[in-house]
Amino acid sequence: MEILTLYNNLNTYLIIGALLFAMGIYGLITRRTLIGMLIAAELVLAAASINFMAFNRFTAPDPLVGQIFTLFIMAIAAAEAAIGLSIVVAIYRNYKSIDAEDLVELKG
Amino acid sequence: MNLPLPNADHMIGLVFLLMIGLTLFGGLIACNADRLVRAVAGLVVSFVGVAGLYYFLNSPFIAMMQMLIYVGAVAVTISFAIMFAAPEESKKHGPSGMLSGPLGIITAGLVFGGFTLLALKTDFQVHEKINNGSVESMGQMLLTSYSMVFELISIVLLVAIIGALVIARRGRSS
Repeated sequence: MEILTLYNNLNTYLIIGALLFAMGIYGLITRRTLIGMLIAAELVLAAASINFMAFNRFTAPDPLVGQIFTLFIMAIAAAEAAIGLSIVVAIYRNYKSIDAEDLVELKG
Repeated sequence: MNLPLPNADHMIGLVFLLMIGLTLFGGLIACNADRLVRAVAGLVVSFVGVAGLYYFLNSPFIAMMQMLIYVGAVAVTISFAIMFAAPEESKKHGPSGMLSGPLGIITAGLVFGGFTLLALKTDFQVHEKINNGSVESMGQMLLTSYSMVFELISIVLLVAIIGALVIARRGRSS
């Protein structure tokens, strides 16, 4: 029953992180709307946090550094979401659209 | 081959598999769903799974913070933004650029393959633990070694809140 001891293996977490990161990249390049891109960016940040926590648990000498770094990533992500969403609301008020392709006022 | 009787270790393994499933399933919904509300629901599911993974990584405190901050705050903020600014009727279909469709999947696959190869081929050095990583020592580290970063992140959050209010308020009266 090797599959049931996966949780004690560094590679499991790294592969999950890579999968989440790939999903985030896929969402970032295929989403049409700005909010969809923000959601995909949250996935990318979660993948980065998983990698930090995995290395923190399995290899790092000090098991606090990764946890503190993950806390800071969460704070930055919260700030990013607040600013990004308020920008989205402001854009919607001006353009009546949150489609990334409608925001072409500066296009030459 | 006869299977051993189920015991507590098997239960732990099954819960871990469930958490992996939640994370990946939620992630798939979050990046593929047609409607943004469903994408946010997928994001919530994915974050719950990630919190479970943190629990398995010996950090129940971070798991709790993940539930509080992401599931409780970020997802609700995104839902509010969708209610304010997502016109479902003007949703356009079709490709949204050069990289969408098959090229997007290929890009994501390359990213995943590259990171997986990197993770599997590298021989990571395991170091001796120098402390036990308890919440108490984390609090001490936050107020001694990392106090500068702690203060800076407080200022960043304050500026972000004020900035969000200012940006979202402008032009509201017109």
